[in-house]
Amino acid sequence: MSDPSIETVGMDSLIVRLFDNIDEENMPWMLAADRALREAFGEALIDLVPSYTTLLVHYDIQRLDLQAARARVSEALKGLTPATSGEGQRHVIPVWYDVSVGPELERIAERLGGSQEDVIARHCARDYSVFALGFAPGYAFMGRLDDELATPRLKTPRQKVAAGSVAIAERQTAVYPTLSPGGWNIVGRTPVALFGRDREGYSLFRPGDKVRFEAISREAFIEQGGDPTPLAERGDIPTEAQT
Amino acid sequence: MKGLIVERGGPLALIQDGGRFGVRHLGVTQGGAADWVSLGWANWLLGNAPQAPGVEITVGGLTLYAETSVTLALTGADLGATLDDEPLAPGRRFTIAAGQRLAFESPRTGLRDYLAFPGGLDAAPVLGSVASTVRESLGGLDGQGRALTEGDCLTWVGGTSGSERTLPSRVGTLPGDGERVTLALVGGAQIAGFSGTSVFEAFNTPWQVDQRADRMGVRLTGPELRYLGEGMVSEGIPLGAVQVPADGQPIVLLNDRQTIGGYPRLGALTPLACARLAQCQPGTEVWLTPVAVGQAREAHLRQLACWG
Repeated sequence: MSDPSIETVGMDSLIVRLFDNIDEENMPWMLAADRALREAFGEALIDLVPSYTTLLVHYDIQRLDLQAARARVSEALKGLTPATSGEGQRHVIPVWYDVSVGPELERIAERLGGSQEDVIARHCARDYSVFALGFAPGYAFMGRLDDELATPRLKTPRQKVAAGSVAIAERQTAVYPTLSPGGWNIVGRTPVALFGRDREGYSLFRPGDKVRFEAISREAFIEQGGDPTPLAERGDIPTEAQT
Repeated sequence: MKGLIVERGGPLALIQDGGRFGVRHLGVTQGGAADWVSLGWANWLLGNAPQAPGVEITVGGLTLYAETSVTLALTGADLGATLDDEPLAPGRRFTIAAGQRLAFESPRTGLRDYLAFPGGLDAAPVLGSVASTVRESLGGLDGQGRALTEGDCLTWVGGTSGSERTLPSRVGTLPGDGERVTLALVGGAQIAGFSGTSVFEAFNTPWQVDQRADRMGVRLTGPELRYLGEGMVSEGIPLGAVQVPADGQPIVLLNDRQTIGGYPRLGALTPLACARLAQCQPGTEVWLTPVAVGQAREAHLRQLACWG
């Protein structure tokens, strides 16, 4: 970890910057900082938003002024030790990979110069780290993707991406928790619910978790409660010149 | 229970409170009243907690029919409100009798009205708040975040409305006649990454509020701001963040903003400035003015102290 910086970003918010670049190796430090900051701020914390390299601390200005808030951050970071690996949860997410629910399987296979099965095998071949949550409730940015699968975002985002859609953009992968617009390449769909107001902690994924995808059949997908309705809209695929 | 029946929902009438907190790390947006100052005053008029649930009416179009008599409070914009066709100016308590209609037409000044109810509107909190976020399907009457629509029935927690209260003068978020709209901005760490000319222009030229404005963000148009720094990794976004995409035209991010993002930022408007911006119609001229964190905090605490 480089020397952390504490930056003022608003009347009641600080950014704690631990790293400059996205890296899986950051995660144990980020998790440790998350825990230490929550502890140091206690009830004076309104929200803490970790991202790849930073944590946004939104504190209660009725309890703390800027100086006191900065002091709490410094206190939290003093003697920080990285969280032990394997602390996050491991998830195996079943996915029905099929062009009807994952139209960009074709595009990615073409780029790879292989078959759709090759794409599926590569997507399922490694554990992904959850780097950050954002964009929508329970939407987890995961990486790093196999270099050969890295694909630019769609030129024009879809208006509607079905809940459970498994997606790829550049060297990251994600699952859309709910029906939403989206510009990522869709390759399949999971029957697993990722976000629920009745679920403990609401979100299935947390930063630092490890996720592996597992290919399942259409039958298994439906059996597990999946909705096989095809993605109606075709993705607007950019030509290589545009990306 | 008898209540107020929605006869016409209009473009966007939402149940809002102070916002949804403690879940932003899961990607859940803050939500809450865009002009939280007006909601605070509406609740104060009835003796409620400042951010008790009420209705945020954006640009009008709402009609409510009273099944029972109740004392309400209305603050914010002038949306041409009428009580049984009699004009009803915002900034006061009023009683609606059973069988009367409260209607909102279209904006004359400002954009958003706030309607407060005795003890606060009755709705079940979702993830700790009743704030309606349409995009996330959270909050509101049905818990699914949708806007008020024909047939909805608004009920309230009840309790005393306290004694008659009158709004102090000059407390609103709407500018007076001919008054310049100045928006206080706390400079952020990336401000040094903008060109010197851009930093000068940011604070010394008027900005126009664009048509592209909603509860997520408000685009400002004016001189092109140039960011010279390197590309950023996505990071958490505070309320009021002034982000500058590649076209150089800033976007002020409000209550329903995305939780993380990667555009460089000049800094963030104070929450008080966000409330004022939320009342600016497209085409309004606004000025950004730098403020120190300590000063901004004091002004904010003074506002909260008004409500006891």
